[in-house]
Amino acid sequence: MAVDPASRHADPSQDAAVASPAEGAAGFLIGEAPEKDPWAEGQHAPAIGPWKLAGRRLRRNKLALSFLGLFIVLVALCLLAPVYSHSIAQIGPNTNNVTGTVNVRGHSENVVSLDGVPIGPTFTRHYLFGADTNGRDLAVRLLYGGRTSLLIGGVATLIIIFFGTLVGLLSGYLRGPVDAVLRWFMELIWSFPPVILGVVVGTALAFGGIGPIKGNSIFIPTLIIGGIYIPYLGKPIRGEVLRLREMDFVDAARVVGISPWRIMLSEILPNTASTITVFVPIMLANAILLEAYLSFLGAGVQAPNASWGTLISDGLNYISTTPTFSLIPGAMLVLTVLSINVVGDGVRDALDPRAQVRIKT
Amino acid sequence: MARFIVRRTISAIALLLATSFLVFSFFELIPNYNPARAIAGRNANQTTVDQVAKKFDLDKPFYVQYVHTMKLIFTGQVIDYQNDLNVVDQFKTRFPVTLSLVVPAAMIWLVVSILLGSISALRVGRLTDRLVMVGAIVGVSVPIFLLAALLLYLFAYKLTWFPNTGYTHFGDSPTQWAYHLILPWISIAVLSIGFYSRVLRSNLLDTVNQDYVRTARAKGLSQRRVFRRYVLRNSLMPIVTLFGLDFALLLGGAALVTETVFNLPGIGQFEASAIGNLDVPPILVGAIFTAFFVVLFSAITDVLYAVLDPRVRLTG
Amino acid sequence: MAERLLDVEDLQVAFATEDGLVRAVDGVSFTLDRGEVVAIVGESGSGKSVTAMTLMGLTRGPNSRFGGSARLHGEELITASEDKLQRIRGEEIAMIFQDPISSLSPVHRIGDQIVEQIRAHEKISKAAALDRTVQLMERVGIPRAADRARAYPHEFSGGMRQRAMIAMALSLSPGVLIADEPTTALDVTIQAQILEEIRTLSRESDSGVIFVTHDLGVVADIADRVVVMYSGRVVEQGTLNEIFYDPQHPYTWGLLGSVTRMDREPPHRLPAIPGQPPSLVNAPTGCHFRPRCPHAFDKCGEVPPLESHVNDDPGHLDRCWLDVAEKRTRREVEDGRIGLKANSVAA
Repeated sequence: MAVDPASRHADPSQDAAVASPAEGAAGFLIGEAPEKDPWAEGQHAPAIGPWKLAGRRLRRNKLALSFLGLFIVLVALCLLAPVYSHSIAQIGPNTNNVTGTVNVRGHSENVVSLDGVPIGPTFTRHYLFGADTNGRDLAVRLLYGGRTSLLIGGVATLIIIFFGTLVGLLSGYLRGPVDAVLRWFMELIWSFPPVILGVVVGTALAFGGIGPIKGNSIFIPTLIIGGIYIPYLGKPIRGEVLRLREMDFVDAARVVGISPWRIMLSEILPNTASTITVFVPIMLANAILLEAYLSFLGAGVQAPNASWGTLISDGLNYISTTPTFSLIPGAMLVLTVLSINVVGDGVRDALDPRAQVRIKT
Repeated sequence: MARFIVRRTISAIALLLATSFLVFSFFELIPNYNPARAIAGRNANQTTVDQVAKKFDLDKPFYVQYVHTMKLIFTGQVIDYQNDLNVVDQFKTRFPVTLSLVVPAAMIWLVVSILLGSISALRVGRLTDRLVMVGAIVGVSVPIFLLAALLLYLFAYKLTWFPNTGYTHFGDSPTQWAYHLILPWISIAVLSIGFYSRVLRSNLLDTVNQDYVRTARAKGLSQRRVFRRYVLRNSLMPIVTLFGLDFALLLGGAALVTETVFNLPGIGQFEASAIGNLDVPPILVGAIFTAFFVVLFSAITDVLYAVLDPRVRLTG
Repeated sequence: MAERLLDVEDLQVAFATEDGLVRAVDGVSFTLDRGEVVAIVGESGSGKSVTAMTLMGLTRGPNSRFGGSARLHGEELITASEDKLQRIRGEEIAMIFQDPISSLSPVHRIGDQIVEQIRAHEKISKAAALDRTVQLMERVGIPRAADRARAYPHEFSGGMRQRAMIAMALSLSPGVLIADEPTTALDVTIQAQILEEIRTLSRESDSGVIFVTHDLGVVADIADRVVVMYSGRVVEQGTLNEIFYDPQHPYTWGLLGSVTRMDREPPHRLPAIPGQPPSLVNAPTGCHFRPRCPHAFDKCGEVPPLESHVNDDPGHLDRCWLDVAEKRTRREVEDGRIGLKANSVAA
């Protein structure tokens, strides 16, 4: 289900080789004999749990580690937005200053020129990256916008993980009518390209809000993004659960008389943990990207709030004269998504020994 | 084959009706949305709003509106709310633009990603592989509109190698046509190249470990022949499905971001503005149009699959 | 004296993995003469398949390390160029693989897959190659071969697929035929037919056969000489009779003890060799079988050489420090049945 934007790599089933450490380390080399993995873990080697092993592999992956560092720095920067706003720029993220002036290395300049063009980067404490047409400080908005982007992405990811897992578990374990209904919903959402679905729903809800939530609340894009990607996790989890429920240890639990809920939560859920873990970074990166697409198309974050998407979009009007208006928030966005993707690849490789060895071959 | 076509056509019609009905009912469900008021404008008085509602049948019950709108669509008479223009006519004039954007872009991304994916898999673990994969992961991390902005700034404004925006018909001047479209082509292609080359590489590395590839090597075939005839061929099959769907969606207007940034008067740009104004008729036509291509290309990929893999049988 | 086809000497194959260097093959030596069937026997992970594939250069890769030598007609294979190997593969050494469904390409016609091999080595027309393919398929017992050549692997039964594999392997009358567990994936009744086919055809073309298997029953059926491998090393080799009636290495005793025999009263329960084969990354020092061997003593901490112990017979070699007399008293279990443990049947 891929489209123009975020969609294509919003198809995690294609992108992520779903890890299952239980499968062992077969086929470690091109042309290896089809013998039953003679060197599988556990033969005389000290027994190591799959998670510990994955952790060890991840620690060895310098690239993933350095991008994890980058991601932490970016998040920390955005979290420090109020500090920057108060102590350095001394202006709020939504404070207009159309008629004001700013002192740039000795001479005073209009924040917004008489014909409405905002000032470019001053590289001083005020208007470090310039202003927008309302005279708001773009550096402050960049950090606050980052908070918004990360918040939407993070909360949407939590929604996806929670409901995607729940739906996958119920659908795969209970089967029958529950499965039929849940699958119908998942297929329905799945069959629309995420960006198009998001833009239509986003525009509609931004128009009238839903219930107590106002149209310009950032919860609307959060809910939309969460909702759109639920099937992208729900479907693979369902497949995983269908496989797991046929396994002997689940049969054993059933025979002993453990309730379906207990089986789902204590037998099946832990075994889907590695799949879920692999999907967390993929979902986070896609949620942040989709937010940017929606905001770019006016269906995401609404004024006066900013996000990286809206900042890039606003800056496009000045792309010929002051490209930094778009490219600075763009760089923040790309670095964030890139670092999540690289870490995600690292996590996937660490959890899937086959993939890891393959990369080394 | 005849059976396949008949069954596919029936399910296609069902899908088109279901899609249109879903989209139509969705707009009925939007809270506080009154299309008549939206069309009439913020300052219109009640009489104007009523007139507008009458004109577009918005005062009738929901199902009557739906049947009426569908009738208008299939007789080619449906008009949009914003500009009072015939939607089907607009689709007809805009489709060549979308076609010009999507078809060459798809060729570029397909060829480049097959090349990059193959090179990466053949040089797995070495520097080339790493560079290609880093490029690919950057490619899938950059939103299209940002890449478009960057390309516009660098090549249109700074270096002035290419025009900033706009479109020239192929019939008027093929060189101008290509000249205007190069940046949009790249914008669309990069994301897909990143994605497809990653998928292809991983498919290739799986296929290389297949027993039949080992047999092919044991037969004394050249590396090149083993790769082309056995490894690449089998790895491309999942790509076919992926490509069919992506291509169909883009033709149906999913290239809206690129068309908007580069101001290309295609279907996507039209759809983007219709969605922004919650203009139901063009959105409905767009949904039907996209569904049509999705069905068409899924049938084509199924046929292709059956040709490529003798184990696959065509089923409706 | 039959013509010497293959001469493998102290062959070593290791793979670099993330857990360390896996010594899959660690000092394997054997020879193959024209018209001879040599069985390589061992359990999974003993390195038998890796040995076989290394002869064809199929284990080459960026993480593979090789040592020792393997010569075909005196020409070195281990260091041979890829071009040269490409010519040898299929033409001078051919291979029949274990699982015929996964080993044949699902999307190409069976006939085309054989034609392709012929044309990779000989400059003949497609039609001529196809004629030969049909003849080959008839020879291996595929009925209506002209029609069946146009079929795809999934349209064949398991036995027919393996016959097609054999036809493919024999298409250029290779001097050396390697059969890697060719009957493991087949029904027992089909197994016997396929074995028979391999035996007659190799005899007809007077080629040497390396037969890789874990099944001693099959070995008894087909082999002239036997090479027993354990944990990457040859532990014993000799003629079929020597291995079956005068086995020298405790591992071989264990293998033989765990086979049902029609000529003896069956024990209550088949004895198995206790324990697991060692990891190939961290193999024990000295004899690899030491941790599982009830007869191990101090000296086993040193690697025993592969040498002759019985009557200075240069054909019967083993890697064990026990002396011959000691071995002969220890290996006998009840009723003359050979087993691993002296004086007790593992029950």
